[in-house]
Amino acid sequence: MLDTARRYEIPEGIELGFRVAGPVVRACAWAIDLLIRAGLYLAIAIPFSFMGGLGLGVTLIIFFLIEWFYPVVFELRQGATPGKKAMGLEVIHDDGTPIAWSASLIRNLLRTADFLPFLYATGLISMLLNQNFKRLGDLAAGSIVVYRDKVGVRPELPSVKPLHPPQAMMRDGGRTLLAFAERSAVLTSDRRIELAEILSDLTDRKGEEAVAELHAYASWLAQGR
Amino acid sequence: MRQRAFEQHHRDDWEQLRHVLNDLDRPRRKRQLNSVATGCLPKLYRAVCNHYALVCSRHYSPALEMELHELIVRGHRHLYKGRGAHLWRLVIFVSVGFPQVFRKHIAYFWIATFLLLAPGLLVGGYCYFNSELIYSVMDDAQVAQMEAMYDPSNRKPGRALDRSAETDMLMFGHYISNNIGIGFRTFAGGMLFGIGSMLLLLFNGVFIGAVAGHLTRMGYQDTFWPFVSGHGSFELTAIVICGASGLMLGHALIAPGQRTRIESLKWRAADALKLVMGAALMLLVAAFIEAFWSSSDAAIVVKYSVAAILWLFVALYLGFAGRGSHGAG
Repeated sequence: MLDTARRYEIPEGIELGFRVAGPVVRACAWAIDLLIRAGLYLAIAIPFSFMGGLGLGVTLIIFFLIEWFYPVVFELRQGATPGKKAMGLEVIHDDGTPIAWSASLIRNLLRTADFLPFLYATGLISMLLNQNFKRLGDLAAGSIVVYRDKVGVRPELPSVKPLHPPQAMMRDGGRTLLAFAERSAVLTSDRRIELAEILSDLTDRKGEEAVAELHAYASWLAQGR
Repeated sequence: MRQRAFEQHHRDDWEQLRHVLNDLDRPRRKRQLNSVATGCLPKLYRAVCNHYALVCSRHYSPALEMELHELIVRGHRHLYKGRGAHLWRLVIFVSVGFPQVFRKHIAYFWIATFLLLAPGLLVGGYCYFNSELIYSVMDDAQVAQMEAMYDPSNRKPGRALDRSAETDMLMFGHYISNNIGIGFRTFAGGMLFGIGSMLLLLFNGVFIGAVAGHLTRMGYQDTFWPFVSGHGSFELTAIVICGASGLMLGHALIAPGQRTRIESLKWRAADALKLVMGAALMLLVAAFIEAFWSSSDAAIVVKYSVAAILWLFVALYLGFAGRGSHGAG
């Protein structure tokens, strides 16, 4: 229950993973959006207020549109409101496809119900009771708020002379060895050694030598001799 | 096959997919590739999905897995994105989709009509015969303001005296934000097991009935009824439809039938949304009529004739538009 990673199967027969976003980060996104909306209200109200009844009428219409459709417009354009984007979130359908008209409208019109009785109390309770952190609007729309994957630089395997790993490591340990070798660059040397020495029984090495040994195994796994 | 060899063998496909995706991520005007180049997205995407499945089953390195995962997520988003042609779909929705959905779920509409009409007639009747009852519905200031709005000596009926100088445009804005907001809230009230929608319908019925009964008793019928009869066709019908959409959500939650509660909610919410969006468009029309026509000083008989035409139009539209056509909605 504590793990926020979810997997869904796509029509191509493979599983994709995503991480669902919890109440705190979504509240932050909401607060950012609130500020942006307040700014918009001011930016519109001030110039139009000099135009009398006509200006007031237009202001009311624009306020109405912002109040109800601000999230819809941004979700359809880029999958997230500016606040959500700033927090690295996005809204998708349950099946992983990008959010469309219908679901976006449902989840945003039902905000009113989530807001009751004050400050999204109902929505918060719904999110805490639901394993995917869905508020009522998300439940009805079949939408889900997830972290947008950051495009990272792919870590390279250390290029060292390959060495055949012991048979015991070949079956299940292979992927772990590769993961260790790829992550080595971002670990401190102490941590690298600490991790590598877990396998001292198999490698018979200590300290930096143990690390180098594992890198050599990983290299063998990736490219052979 | 070793990971390195595998990567060398397929690297070109991945780079090509990345290239196409980068181009698709740009705004339409700034794209550099033609439709032939972007047209190979599905083929490339499926190839990379295939590679990803191999990478997972062969326990290649997590970094390679993540690289392909990212490409596939991006491809998936583009491939399964909703279709465009929004304007055309809006036209179809208004001319065919909305009336069809309305007729499909007409039972909710009749229940909602009853919830609005019954208290309206009841309270309206009482207010017509009893001058005191209006004060249990609203407070003194509200009664005075309402009376002033429909006073026959008021130049622009339906507007409070201190507002009569303001333009029709202001009232248009006010009606849009107020009425459509109420419509949306009535829909959202359905999430409280339908109780929210039901209460809003009852409350509106009581309020509207009380005002109508009271003003008729006061002898203001020649300002009040010509004013409300025109836009009432769209406005009252639309508010009832919003109530019906909320009742649909409530029904899905209370009696989910063979589905789980959440599945049932999702299933009904799709149609309920169509109802509420159609009703919102009707409220937009109502706001337009109310702001620019209802307050005009046309003769009473003209106003009643126009009102009759509008009611007839609404009835024909909801009853017959889109009959016999398929594949819409």
